[in-house]
Amino acid sequence: MKKLKVTIDGKTIEVPENTTVLDAARMLDIQIPTLCHHPKLTPFGGCRLCIVEIKGIPRPVTSCTTPVSDGMEVTTSSPQIEDLRKTVLELILSDHPNDCMVCEKAGDCTLQELAYFYGIRENRFGGERRVYAKRDGNPFIERDMEKCILCGRCVKVCDEVQGVGAIDFTYRGFKSKICPPYEKDLNCEFCGQCVAVCPTGALTGKQWSLRGRQKDIKEIDTTCPYCGTGCNITLHVRRNEVVRITSREDTWNEGWLCVKGRFGYKFINSPDRLKKPLIRIKDRSNSLNDIFREASWDEALDYIATRLNEIKSKHGADAIGGLSSARCTNEENYLFQKLMRAAVGTNNVDHCARL
Amino acid sequence: MTNSIREIEGNEVIFIIGSNTKETHPVIANRMIKAYRNGAKIIVADPRRVPMTRFSELFLNLKPGTDVALLNGIAHVILKEGLHNKEFINNRTEGFDEWKKSVEDFTPDYVEKITGVDRGDIIKAAKLYGSSQRAGIFYTMGITQHTCGTDNVNAVANLALITGNIGKPSAGINPLRGQNNVQGASDAGCMPNVYPGYQRVDLPDIKHKFESAWGASLSPHAGLKSTEMIPAALDGKLKGLYIMGENPVITDPNIEHTIKALNAVEFLVVQDIFMTETAELADVVLPAACFAEKDGTFSNTERKVQRVRKAVIPPEEARDDISIIMELSKRLGYNMEYNSPEEVFEEFGKVWPALAGITYGRIEKHGIQWPCPTKNHPGTTYLYKGGFPRGKVHFTPTAYTPPAEITDSDYPFILTTGRNLFQYHSGSMTRRVKPIETHAGEPYVEISPSDAKGLDIKDGDMVKVISRRGNIKIKARVTKKASKGVIFIPMHYSEAAANMLTNDKALDKHAKTPEFKVCAAKIEK
Repeated sequence: MKKLKVTIDGKTIEVPENTTVLDAARMLDIQIPTLCHHPKLTPFGGCRLCIVEIKGIPRPVTSCTTPVSDGMEVTTSSPQIEDLRKTVLELILSDHPNDCMVCEKAGDCTLQELAYFYGIRENRFGGERRVYAKRDGNPFIERDMEKCILCGRCVKVCDEVQGVGAIDFTYRGFKSKICPPYEKDLNCEFCGQCVAVCPTGALTGKQWSLRGRQKDIKEIDTTCPYCGTGCNITLHVRRNEVVRITSREDTWNEGWLCVKGRFGYKFINSPDRLKKPLIRIKDRSNSLNDIFREASWDEALDYIATRLNEIKSKHGADAIGGLSSARCTNEENYLFQKLMRAAVGTNNVDHCARL
Repeated sequence: MTNSIREIEGNEVIFIIGSNTKETHPVIANRMIKAYRNGAKIIVADPRRVPMTRFSELFLNLKPGTDVALLNGIAHVILKEGLHNKEFINNRTEGFDEWKKSVEDFTPDYVEKITGVDRGDIIKAAKLYGSSQRAGIFYTMGITQHTCGTDNVNAVANLALITGNIGKPSAGINPLRGQNNVQGASDAGCMPNVYPGYQRVDLPDIKHKFESAWGASLSPHAGLKSTEMIPAALDGKLKGLYIMGENPVITDPNIEHTIKALNAVEFLVVQDIFMTETAELADVVLPAACFAEKDGTFSNTERKVQRVRKAVIPPEEARDDISIIMELSKRLGYNMEYNSPEEVFEEFGKVWPALAGITYGRIEKHGIQWPCPTKNHPGTTYLYKGGFPRGKVHFTPTAYTPPAEITDSDYPFILTTGRNLFQYHSGSMTRRVKPIETHAGEPYVEISPSDAKGLDIKDGDMVKVISRRGNIKIKARVTKKASKGVIFIPMHYSEAAANMLTNDKALDKHAKTPEFKVCAAKIEK
């Protein structure tokens, strides 16, 4: 493949054809601020924060949409560029609620970070603000369109990655907004890919609300418990509660999840969880209330061992069977079959692969 | 899967048969869409207009249970067009000539009559799949949950073999496994005929190996499969049953029958995280830890061993399954001592060489795909590179046999069951997640607009679906997703459980998998 030479801020690198100036800069570990750019989505050039100066071109250009050409000389930061970037940010923030103190995304928000780095405390632009009183009634995704900066990442991910196209830009100019057809409530696959790529607090999980923000969270990487795809997920834990699930971009599943993997975690803390061993006190046919009583682990396990030994001595080990679980770990499954084979003495062990 | 999920991006042709990938494996569907954006051609064969048909070049809307005929028909056309890979067939397979005779009758006309798929589309599919050297077949329970499930799988394999689409990247046979660790549970030997690593219990040398590894004397004959335990319980042969993390009342065919069988055993132990419909029948219920409360590994559908990590502590006295099993084993007179799940995994690797090279340390960040025999082996992204382990692989002729229960004037509809996007399996987890219940908490039967019109049923009407096993009241969802004569009920909802209706008597003769995908039913308003 043809290699092109590009010099960025005095550093030279050779890159393959069709590499953008932004990607080339990132290869050189040169930071260029972005809001609408996402490495897994097609470039948009909408936010104008990634502007750079290129020798021979009289005006700043967006680095995310400009491919490198051979011998190109790029400057990523100059007083003029930084001034333009700051103005862009001020314009965005002039129509933003700026309610970081109560925003779910605080501490994990690209817009907030940029405002911090550019030192934007007060805003010289006043004027009209977008007000959207209506709340989207869907049960999964909070869509706070007043916080939307129209970067379009959600529109792209929904179309390009998910193949759904549940949302798009509507209206024009100041009235531009992103919404489902006819501004109805969102009714889609609820994969939450849009939530994952949103750079502000415009899109969040409804279940996340008031469960804790990023600074209080401990992140634990693990594997999704639902289907056999085995997506890598990150559990966000606060005070012994899983309050959110995300997936990192550098995982094999590229950070994409489905509705169950992303939003189906509340069973963990369900009040219905079994909490103590239970022993039946009423006949099986009598399935009314109070058919179980609580027992200690010792009592329950002793009872099981006694009953299984009874059956074994009376009818042989093959009168006992075990069903293991495709939901449990390798280690648990290994031990379960070892228990059935070595401790009970039967090969009557199976799991639900057929069902 | 013989390939990796990542390799899907490189597929030229993606042939999806009997898999509603977009709903049951959504993130794998994302990869397929990525391949589609790169120009891959997608063929979908399914009795339902599943969402992946939005991206398909060809949709083969076959009648349930006619997969063998369709696959044989595609093979027939590939041979006729001379698209088969002669070099691969000569070097890597045997039994080709005999098998070739078995597909001679499966002309497009004949196959159209059986499957209902237009003969022109059968030819198109054959040309598309047969012309590609980077074609993958993807299937799930739509292939396996039939009385002819094993034949279906063999017919899939034959297609890959005649075109040489196996043993290389982005070309292979890819069953998508439905549960997080169904691969691992099988690998770990939770099957009645094999020890960990698919090593047969009835071979004396193997038995001896495990007897010395475990220090116990072991049974020399294969045990009962899950679908055989239920009748054995009714016959009085099975007296005690220990169920860890399964809910057969909802997931097995013919619920009434399953309940009767579980009530017939003298002693039933259920270990679970919730009081499931199965746990309600138990003599002892043990509270277990869920995935977020324990350490270990899961193996996904592409044979990748990945870490599971403890993030929270279990509620009150609930314990992880390993400690429960160790305690119980001790009380049964067989001591198991492990200080950590990692020690168990190390032992697993000692008895099965395919895992020997995988350690917790190596999979700290990214999983490794077995086989991985040594500590410096990178793992195996696709199987059968450079040959099959047994040398030449045999073509298995597959005859078309109709499903066990066919429609008649009393039961004119074919009922097929499966999952939807939002709920998961018996629902014990997802039905306790509020947003999922709000959005998809109600059972329904999918019925085609023309059938609905014929029965004067409107979308949202309550109807009664009846089979020879039982009946349920359920809301009608009139949708073009359903084909004429075929209705679909998701399996998740105990209040209108699909498995009240399904056929427990129809099992695949080899795998003993129930025919969930075809039974006869009628609908009354």
